[in-house]
Amino acid sequence: MNPIPTQPVERASTHAGPARGFGHFADRLFEWLTRFFALLVLCTLLAILASLVVTSAPSLKAFGFSFLWSDDWDPVQDKYGALIPVYGTLVSSFVALLIAVPISFGIAVFLTEMSPPWLKRPLGTAIELLAAIPSIIYGMWGLFSFAPIFSRTLQPFLIETLGKIPFAGQLFQGPPLGIGLLTASIILAIMVIPFISSVMRDVFELVPAVLKESAYGLGATTWEVVWRVVLPYTRAGVVGGVMLGLGRALGETMAVTFVIGNTQHLSPSLLAPGNSIASSLANEFAEAVGDLYTSALIELGLLLFIITAIVLAMAKLMLLRMGQREGTRS
Amino acid sequence: MTIRFLLRPWMVASALLMSAWEAQATDITGAGSTFVYPVCAKWAEGFRVATRNGLNYQSIGSGGGIKQVKAKVVDFGATDKPLTQEELDRSSLVQWPLVMGGVVPVIHVEGVAPGQMKLDGPVLADIYLGKIKRWNDPAIQALNKGLSLPAQDIVVVSRTDGSGTTFIFTNYLSKVSAEWKNKVGSDTAVRWPTGINGKGNEGVASYVRQQAGGIGYVEYAYALQNKMSHVQMKNHEGQFVEPEIETFGAAAKNAHWKPENGFHEILTDEPGKNSWPITGATFVLMQKVQENPEHAKTALQFFDWSYKNGQKVALALDYVPLPEDVVKLIEAQWKIELKDSAGKTLY
Repeated sequence: MNPIPTQPVERASTHAGPARGFGHFADRLFEWLTRFFALLVLCTLLAILASLVVTSAPSLKAFGFSFLWSDDWDPVQDKYGALIPVYGTLVSSFVALLIAVPISFGIAVFLTEMSPPWLKRPLGTAIELLAAIPSIIYGMWGLFSFAPIFSRTLQPFLIETLGKIPFAGQLFQGPPLGIGLLTASIILAIMVIPFISSVMRDVFELVPAVLKESAYGLGATTWEVVWRVVLPYTRAGVVGGVMLGLGRALGETMAVTFVIGNTQHLSPSLLAPGNSIASSLANEFAEAVGDLYTSALIELGLLLFIITAIVLAMAKLMLLRMGQREGTRS
Repeated sequence: MTIRFLLRPWMVASALLMSAWEAQATDITGAGSTFVYPVCAKWAEGFRVATRNGLNYQSIGSGGGIKQVKAKVVDFGATDKPLTQEELDRSSLVQWPLVMGGVVPVIHVEGVAPGQMKLDGPVLADIYLGKIKRWNDPAIQALNKGLSLPAQDIVVVSRTDGSGTTFIFTNYLSKVSAEWKNKVGSDTAVRWPTGINGKGNEGVASYVRQQAGGIGYVEYAYALQNKMSHVQMKNHEGQFVEPEIETFGAAAKNAHWKPENGFHEILTDEPGKNSWPITGATFVLMQKVQENPEHAKTALQFFDWSYKNGQKVALALDYVPLPEDVVKLIEAQWKIELKDSAGKTLY
């Protein structure tokens, strides 16, 4: 490692003074250039936020805060409310996480603690490849392959069993259409599993071997090591990974549009069709006629922006806390 | 080296030739209705062969077409929902019909062959209102004596995106059902009282095909090409008619096209024994005062060419061409309304 950093210094010394001056200038230029690029990102973000607020002004003015809890979405009467798409976005993403987090946890634990070394790499790559599949493929697969099977097998089963439970059963009632909130959640879960599991695997690998070995030395089982040592040590990182997955699920458009049913009705059942912010925008924006309709759609976009910003801020906070804790430990 | 040397004059000459070619041809732009896109693309092909002028038509949807022609981004816009005379005046636009087509309810019911099911307007409206929930409902059974209907839930499928097809369909439902008119109304996008929604004809079609007991509505060409199971509809005169070119044409024949109101005519629930009740037209929109007369002239040339030479193509794609007398009315209107910035007529 040593000769590499000394090389440029030697070369600089053989050259005359102006070269060093040029190098200095280039350094400063590079610094300013990178600073400019970094600020550009910030400016873009602020500009997007500003243009969202400005273009949604007619709708903000017309509906005020009632936009948030009104379930009306009626282009004929020019009345709009965000409740159904916001509800659909939050519920489908939340249920997707309910499914994806335990599975991702299992994948990460297997890959870091139990997998035979020869299987680690191919399995890890396969999971990362899942992340590379375009979302429209997930959507088409969901609609044409998954939904028909789902409506014939699992959905009738859910309606017959869970649907009979008082109160909670409401979540699993209605005709087995194959498409709806739950289908969207399952597709989303498959899509976020690679993100969450690879973050989990990475943070699990951060756990110092000495900690795990001490636990094993004290007679702990693998489960106890994972649950009592690995998870507490990486808790914040794991939550950060989950939040990243949530961020992806909230904004997912194409895959959800295919399977969610795109309906403007609020239903307590997860099997019923619903709508999400992103799929409302994708479906309706091109043909939206009238200022209020367009600005209501843009306000939906603004809401999605705010929701995702909150989620990402929370993830950053978690990761920050993890960093601090590591600092105190070492 | 020598080869390159020899090639050079050739390249210069061909480049010159190309630019001369380019100078002669005018490429016009249009945007709007997705419904009219297939026939527009075919016409543009034929028009290019005949005149060397090209047409770049973007099927971004009627709403987008209206926006772009108002902003003068394109030479013409195409919309399935005609603008009213007030709207036309406000943006100083001219409007006329281009081609017609039909909207067809399609179903997916076991044991019912294509065209076997008969429906009328009020029953169709009640199905879409969610009041008729099963296929063996007495109201449906009364229209289909002798047909054994299953006790199956009806899955109502509609369009989620704004669409001229939806406008024609809801316009019809509003005409035949007072309750629909009050509760839902008619527009390119509405608040559907029940069911699931797909994007585009293909979205509706795939849901109907997938859901046992499904009913949806698609453009005629789409239903035909995908061999979907259509229904017969009872028309204004109480006759059951099949969706086909003849019945669409019959509806158009009974329409009263008037240049005074921008040919504002929605061909739903038209009188006539043979009229298909859910018929509609696509309309062209152009600025009254044309800043680029060369483009406007070429555009009018394109429409004229399409009206006169494009009928076969339109029929082959299951669109209904406009009757000749209507075309005469339209072209007379061009002479009156379309001017360049100096006030000279363009056609």
